[in-house]
Amino acid sequence: MIDFNLIPLLPEIFLALVAMGLLIVGVGRGNEATNTVAWFSVFALAIAMIVMLGLNWDEHVVLSGMFKFDRFIGFTKLLILVGSIGALSLSVRFIKQMDMGRFEYPILVLMATIGMLLMVSANNMLALYMGLELQSLSLYVLAAFRRNSIKSAEAGIKYFVLGALSSGMLLFGISLIYGFTGSIDFTLIADTLGNLDFMPFGVIFGLVFVLAGMAFKISAAPFHMWTPDVYQGAPTSVTALFAMVPKVAAIALLIRLLYEPFGSLEEQWQQIIYFVSLLSMVVGAFAAIAQDNIKRLMAYSSIGHMGYALIGVVVASEAGISAVMLYMLIYLLMTAGVFAILMSMQRNQVSLEKISDLSGLSQNSPVLAYSMAVLMLSMAGIPPMAGFFGKLFIFQAAVEAKFYILAVLGVLASVVSAYYYLRIIKVMFFDAAVDPYDAHIPFARRVVLLISVIFVLAFILKPTLIVASAQGAAAVLFTG
Amino acid sequence: MIVQALAFYLFAGILLMSGFMVITARNPVHSVLFLILAFFNSAGLFVLLGAEFIAMLMVIVYVGAVAVLFLFVVMMLDISFADLRKGAMQYVPIGLVVGAVLLSELIFAYGAWSFAPESVANAASPAAQFGEISNTEALGRVLYTQYAYVFQIAGLILFVAMIGAIVLTHRVRPGVRRQKVSEQHARRPEDVLEIQKVTPRTGA
Repeated sequence: MIDFNLIPLLPEIFLALVAMGLLIVGVGRGNEATNTVAWFSVFALAIAMIVMLGLNWDEHVVLSGMFKFDRFIGFTKLLILVGSIGALSLSVRFIKQMDMGRFEYPILVLMATIGMLLMVSANNMLALYMGLELQSLSLYVLAAFRRNSIKSAEAGIKYFVLGALSSGMLLFGISLIYGFTGSIDFTLIADTLGNLDFMPFGVIFGLVFVLAGMAFKISAAPFHMWTPDVYQGAPTSVTALFAMVPKVAAIALLIRLLYEPFGSLEEQWQQIIYFVSLLSMVVGAFAAIAQDNIKRLMAYSSIGHMGYALIGVVVASEAGISAVMLYMLIYLLMTAGVFAILMSMQRNQVSLEKISDLSGLSQNSPVLAYSMAVLMLSMAGIPPMAGFFGKLFIFQAAVEAKFYILAVLGVLASVVSAYYYLRIIKVMFFDAAVDPYDAHIPFARRVVLLISVIFVLAFILKPTLIVASAQGAAAVLFTG
Repeated sequence: MIVQALAFYLFAGILLMSGFMVITARNPVHSVLFLILAFFNSAGLFVLLGAEFIAMLMVIVYVGAVAVLFLFVVMMLDISFADLRKGAMQYVPIGLVVGAVLLSELIFAYGAWSFAPESVANAASPAAQFGEISNTEALGRVLYTQYAYVFQIAGLILFVAMIGAIVLTHRVRPGVRRQKVSEQHARRPEDVLEIQKVTPRTGA
C-alpha cells in the first residue's frame, strides 16, 4: 500500500548522512577541522551528483505520492549540485580569510542543498513547504554567519523576517487551495482543477498568494526589496551561494507548480507572471544604474535576470521552458565567475565592495580584468558570449508564442542594463590605477573562474550539447 | 447539544477576549499570562471538535514550552516594552488600512466561495480506513507510514535550527574559568599547602 521505495532519494539521504557525520567530526575536532569538513562536503556533493546520474530518469513518484523524479527534476538537481559545489569551493579559503572559518558553514550549505533538492522533487504541498523551509532556515543562518559584523546580522534578520512573511503567504495560499480542492497532492489538485467547468474563485486567490510567496524566493519584483540589503550584508561567499543556487531551485519549483497542479489555470497565472517578469526586468535595469556597491549591483542584476527567465515561463511552451533552464544554467556559471572575482577584491586582507575599487584593474592584474570583462559582456547579453544565447532563446520563444510586447520590452531592458555592465568594464580599463590587490588567489577560486570563463567563451562552439539536454528536461512537462 | 453550544461560546468568547488582552495589556508578563489563557481556550475548542490529540498538544507544547519560554524571556531580559511600543504606534494607521483591504478582499473571496465537486472525496480522512480508533492512534498510524517522509524532513529542519542557534549565539570567551574536576582531584596537599613554623612574638 505504501510505497517505501527510497532509491530515487539516494542522493539526498546520502548527503544528509554525510552532513550529520561531518558535524560529529567538527564537534570532535573543533574549528581546525573546517577545511577537512568543507572539502569532504564538496566531495560528497560530487558523489551525490554521480549517484543522481545513475538513477532511473524516467518519471516515477514514490513515498505515497510525496516525491517525484523525472528528467526535468533531475536536470534541475544537477544544476543545484553544480552550483553548490561551486559556491562551497569558492568559500573554503574565503571564510578563513574573513575570520569566520567555523565548521558549521559547509554543513549548513549541505543542509540548504538537501532542502533545495527535496523541494524541487516535491509532489505534494506539504513536501514542498518542508523542503522550502529546510532550505530557507539554513540560508537565514548563513546570511548572519559573520556574527561580529552588524551588516551581516542585519542581513540575517531582514532575510528571516521577510522570509517568514513570504512563507506565511505561501501557506495561506496553500490552505485556500486545499479548502477548494480538498487535497494537497499535486496530481489530485491537477485532476480536480482540470475537471472544472466554472471559474474557481478561491483557487485563484490561493494561487496569487502562492505565487507571491514563490516570487519572494526568486526575488522577482515587486517582492525584491530584501535582495539588495541581504546581498550586501551577507558575507560575499554566502552572497555567491544566494545568487547562484536557490534561484535555480525556486524557479524550477515555480515551473513545476504552474505546469503540474495549476496547469489548467494557465490564462490566470500567465497575467501574474507576465506582470512580475516585466516589473523585474525594469527594476533590474534601472535601479542598478545608481549603485556604487558591486554586491548591490549584482543583486539588482539578479532581479533583472529573473525577469528574463520568467519570460520563458509566461510563454507556456516547450521552447520557453527549455530556454528558462538553459538561461538558469548559463546564469549560474556566469555568476560563479563574477563572484570568484569579487572575492579576490582584497587589499591587506580587507574585502572591497565599491565599484570604484575596480579602477584600473587592467594594469594591476590583467587576467582578472579580462575575465571580468568577458563575464560582464556575457551578463549584458552581447554575442558571442553564452549570456547572449540565453537571452536569444528566451526572446525567440516569446516571439514564437506571440508575446511581442514582452520580448520588445525585454530587449529594451537588456539594452539599459548593458550600461552598468559596460560601466564596470570602463572603470577597469580606462580609469586610473590604484593600489594592486592582494596577489594570492586560492587554487579553487582560480579553477571556478577558469571554468566559468571557458564556458562563457566556448558555449558558441558546441551549444547543441547543452541545449539538447535542456530541451529533454523541458519536454517531460508537456508530454503529461 | 445546548451544552456543547454553550461551551463553544464560552471558549470562543474567552479566547477572543484574552487574545485582545495579549496585545493591549501594558505589562508584558500579563500579556504572556493572557496568551496562556488563550491557548487553554483554543485547546478547549479542539476538544469540542473531537480533536483531542491536538488539544493536548496545544496544552503541552504551547502552554508547557512556548509560553513558559516567553515568560522567561520577558522576565530575564531587560527590555522596555513601553519604548518598543512608542515607535510601533505610528504604524497603526497604515497597518489598519492594509488589514482592512485584505479583510474586505477575503470577505469578497469567501462570499463567492464554492467547492470543487471532488473536494469531499479528496479530503476524506485517511484514518477512516482504520475503523473505530482514537484519533491519537490514527494520527500515529499515518504519521509514521504515509507521512514518514515529511516527518523525517521535519527532523532535519529541527537539526538545522539547533545548529543555527549554536552557531549564532555560542561564543568562546577568553578568561572564563571553568571547573575541571579531574584537576581538583589530582591536587595533593603538598602542592598547595605550605607549613611554616612560626616562633612566638616574631611574626610570620
